[in-house]
Amino acid sequence: MPVDLMPASADLIRLLPEIVLTLMGTLLMVLAAILRKRSSNAYGNLSIAALLAALGAAVYAYTRQGPAFGNMLVVDGLATFFRALVIVVGILTVLASYRFLRRQGAETGEYHALLLFSIAGQCLMAAANDLIVVFIGLEISSLASYVMVGYLRDDKRANEAALKYFLLGSFATAFFLYGVALVYGITGTINLSGVRAALTAPESCLQAGAGSVLCVQNWLAPWPIFLGVAAALLFVGLGFKVSAAPFQIWAPDVYQGAPSPVTAFLSTGPKAAAFAVFLRIFMSAFEPGGAAWEPLVWFSALASMTIGNFAALRQSNVKRMLAYSSIAHAGYVLVALTARSADGAAAVMFYLGAYAFMNIGAFAVVGHLAGKGERYQDIEDFGGLGQKQPLTAAMLTIFLLSLIGVPLTGGFFGKFYIFKAALESHLVWLTVLGLLNSAVAAYYYLRVLVMMYFREPSQAAIEAEPLRPGLRAALLVSAVATLFLGIFPNWVLDFSNKSAAMMK
Amino acid sequence: MHAIISHPLFAPVLITLALIAAVPLVAGYLSLVERKVLADFQVRLGPMRVGPHGFLQPIADAVKLLIKEDIIPSDSDKAIFWFAPCVSTCAALTAFSVLPFARNIAVADVNVGLLVVSSMSSVGILGIILGGWSSNSHYSLLGALRSAAQLVSYEVALAFALLSGVMAAGTLSMQGIVKAQLEHGVWGVFANYGFMIVPFAVYIIAATAETNRAPFDMPEAESELVAGFHTEYSGFRFALYFLAEYANVFVVAAVAVTLFLGGWLRPFPGVSWLAVPLNYGFPAVLLGGSGLLTLTLVRKLKDPLQQKVLVFLAVTLAILGAVFLVPAVNGAVAGLFWFLFKVSCLIYVQIWFRGTFPRFRYDQLMNIGWKIAIPVGMAAVLINALLGMISRA
Amino acid sequence: MLIDTVLFYIFAAMVLSGAIFTITRRSAVHSAISLICSLLGVAGLFLLQRAEFLFAVQIVLYVGGIMVLFLFVIMLVNLDLAAKARQFNRAWAVGIAAVAVVGAEMAWFLYRGRAAFHIAENGGAGLGSAAAGNTEMIADSLFSEYLLPFEIASVLLLVAVVGSVVMAKKRI
Repeated sequence: MPVDLMPASADLIRLLPEIVLTLMGTLLMVLAAILRKRSSNAYGNLSIAALLAALGAAVYAYTRQGPAFGNMLVVDGLATFFRALVIVVGILTVLASYRFLRRQGAETGEYHALLLFSIAGQCLMAAANDLIVVFIGLEISSLASYVMVGYLRDDKRANEAALKYFLLGSFATAFFLYGVALVYGITGTINLSGVRAALTAPESCLQAGAGSVLCVQNWLAPWPIFLGVAAALLFVGLGFKVSAAPFQIWAPDVYQGAPSPVTAFLSTGPKAAAFAVFLRIFMSAFEPGGAAWEPLVWFSALASMTIGNFAALRQSNVKRMLAYSSIAHAGYVLVALTARSADGAAAVMFYLGAYAFMNIGAFAVVGHLAGKGERYQDIEDFGGLGQKQPLTAAMLTIFLLSLIGVPLTGGFFGKFYIFKAALESHLVWLTVLGLLNSAVAAYYYLRVLVMMYFREPSQAAIEAEPLRPGLRAALLVSAVATLFLGIFPNWVLDFSNKSAAMMK
Repeated sequence: MHAIISHPLFAPVLITLALIAAVPLVAGYLSLVERKVLADFQVRLGPMRVGPHGFLQPIADAVKLLIKEDIIPSDSDKAIFWFAPCVSTCAALTAFSVLPFARNIAVADVNVGLLVVSSMSSVGILGIILGGWSSNSHYSLLGALRSAAQLVSYEVALAFALLSGVMAAGTLSMQGIVKAQLEHGVWGVFANYGFMIVPFAVYIIAATAETNRAPFDMPEAESELVAGFHTEYSGFRFALYFLAEYANVFVVAAVAVTLFLGGWLRPFPGVSWLAVPLNYGFPAVLLGGSGLLTLTLVRKLKDPLQQKVLVFLAVTLAILGAVFLVPAVNGAVAGLFWFLFKVSCLIYVQIWFRGTFPRFRYDQLMNIGWKIAIPVGMAAVLINALLGMISRA
Repeated sequence: MLIDTVLFYIFAAMVLSGAIFTITRRSAVHSAISLICSLLGVAGLFLLQRAEFLFAVQIVLYVGGIMVLFLFVIMLVNLDLAAKARQFNRAWAVGIAAVAVVGAEMAWFLYRGRAAFHIAENGGAGLGSAAAGNTEMIADSLFSEYLLPFEIASVLLLVAVVGSVVMAKKRI
């Protein structure tokens, strides 16, 4: 009975970002109940403060690296990179939300609280080293984002989007759980370090937490097919979150229906966190059984790129087009995963970092232009934006060029590292097809640029209100970050190389 | 013969049989007590015709219910209509199996006894919902919906109140809870510097709602819903619902007594010199005194048969009182007496509620449940946890 | 123990028949009742394994909480039409094939991994030896080994509550 239940302080420090986010989220709701003020910037300011504090906590946790809570959680370079990434994504989302929510008359504490909770869940996913923690983190993040998608309840498209996302999302999560069960059946543990040990050497023991020893056995070592099934089931769950083909069907409808800042968040935050889990599960725990799951990822990467790019060609709604483009980008990242090397992992991290900034920026501009009730989403509505709002148009240009992968932008180096890693792992066909795909992609991004600069101003461009400080800050930060990653890629790349090497 | 008596299942089976035999009788007489007490509140006489002062009324009622025509609505879901009352009754009777009537009188001392009681009360809800739905009547359905919403809401508050009690006792076993109070030398309700009175109050309120009794008897509000979920029931099946309701009244009172009022412990269990007056004197005076008072009523009756019945009743009470003066017997039955006495007091309180408070409106009921009872219950858990740590440190 | 064996088969039959009726009954209420029967059977199996705490919690949560809400919703929504309409699900063959595959897979797992299961022996180190009661054991395990999942699960529930309130409020 006399068990000391208080966790060690080192454990708590390693969990600090999540603790900060959850506490502040709860505080926000209490404040919302006390203030009873509807349109107020206080909620946004408070959540920015919370996110900055969480960013500090994530960095501070990095100074105390190591496993926590009996190896359920691990703080290392990978965890810190993705924690910082999703928190920055959160900050940009809040900045982009100020004016948007005011315009829709929907500023509440709950929106920001849900955002904070969702980010807390994603931070947990980034640092999780146990499939049950991964699962709970995934669910926290998803539940919050389901609600955020349908947040503007009087909008029919938002309702449809939320319902689709919710139903398909719960379905995908169930697959993930089945995968977890299979992993447990194969190895007798769901701790990722334990799984790796079991797959490397049958009947091995490893130190788990303070004093307790975890012994694992791989009963099915001679039958890699079961490992492949488990990997496939986990892949379904995670592939849904990153909208990789063939689990991409939901993405266009949901991205189109959701409020623009939420779409921006959805296409970056949960995606980054899910890829963090991808790296942890596939590049670390399942690495010994790599041959079993490689064809799966290979196929999915190719399908995502192709479906995403070719479908985007035919879209006239910009949000929908960006949704398909985000499917294609998930495909590029999967190419790096297929490489199964430390370089590939580093490329994944770099690419997701660059992608987060350019995509949030692009969606923020779309949300800015769309006006009250998000009326203007068509590609025609971008006509003449270059004349009416040169700054906004210039920034959107940067984001789109980066999405294409033009040199001097983050997108270029992201793609460069990905295809380099793929070539080094002798994935020549995949590389060639990927490069062809990015050439196709250039067409639909350039269409928007042509609209902006070579057409007469449209109704939307005339009606668009001037950039407010919050949105301007979000756009500037994203644009500067995109350019920075394109000109000085080494800082981030060094960090991701170091983390990827440490992951093993 | 000896082999049978010493078999480990002998005592439980015996007690089970006794309970199954006694519960319908007790339920019947509870209804008589309720009618009489309510009549007294309202300055009426209540049932007076069958037996002296209506003493045999429950038996007449039971016979009437059993020989009544059994009506099943034509478009009802017959299978469910048949078995819904059984669900309620079985669940209510099952809950009796873990009640600690006395130190050695209980069907089973399970180490999750309290959870078994609450799980059985939650199964009992099903009987009400299914009965209301299968009747294919709007009144029944509305009653069932109301009761489902009400019971699910108040179960939360109930659980929080129970949690405080369990924390004070440190076990979920019903006998263990009573023994913990014996060790602390104080009833649960006075533990933690008297703060346990808060969860006790929450429990009483939530339990009243949980048994669908006034002022929370929304599911069977006769002015709106005829008779609520059992509108279409008649005869024996109605009797089963009736039985389940009064059995539940007994169970919630028994749980309150076990958790907060010391179970089969006498008052002031820590003060040893009070043992003789409380264990011998009090029951003897109470039972013997009621016997004597009953005797004074005999002369007012005119019918000789009724006089005889009343004399018989008075003598029985007096003998029961006298039995408590025999030391050998007293040791065995004092616990049982205190348990039943406390349960009766709580049941009286519930009847008192019914006679005093007007029925709540439905939204008021939900407000009380979600906005008052649950937060207070939560706060009580926190504060009691702190106080418990302080008082044990 | 003969009684244990008999009880095991009774509970197992409850679980399986309940599950089958759940998906074959047309009336939603009958399905729900079958599901309750199945869940009660699971509770009984827990009890046979001397996991009293799980037994009680299974009944309180699933039967008392979840299924009551199910029934509540079923009664609010008039499902008679849906029950009488022609069912559009024609994927029986695929379904049965999938079930067969999963069943074969599970059988194979059980066969291969049977060494991993500790079939209870008398006096073994299973749950039965825990005189302290398995409620305490569960609590110890939840609050020490699984502290983190336990605590973050509460965040998950909080998010679910907040989310449903946001969705159900009269105006945002």
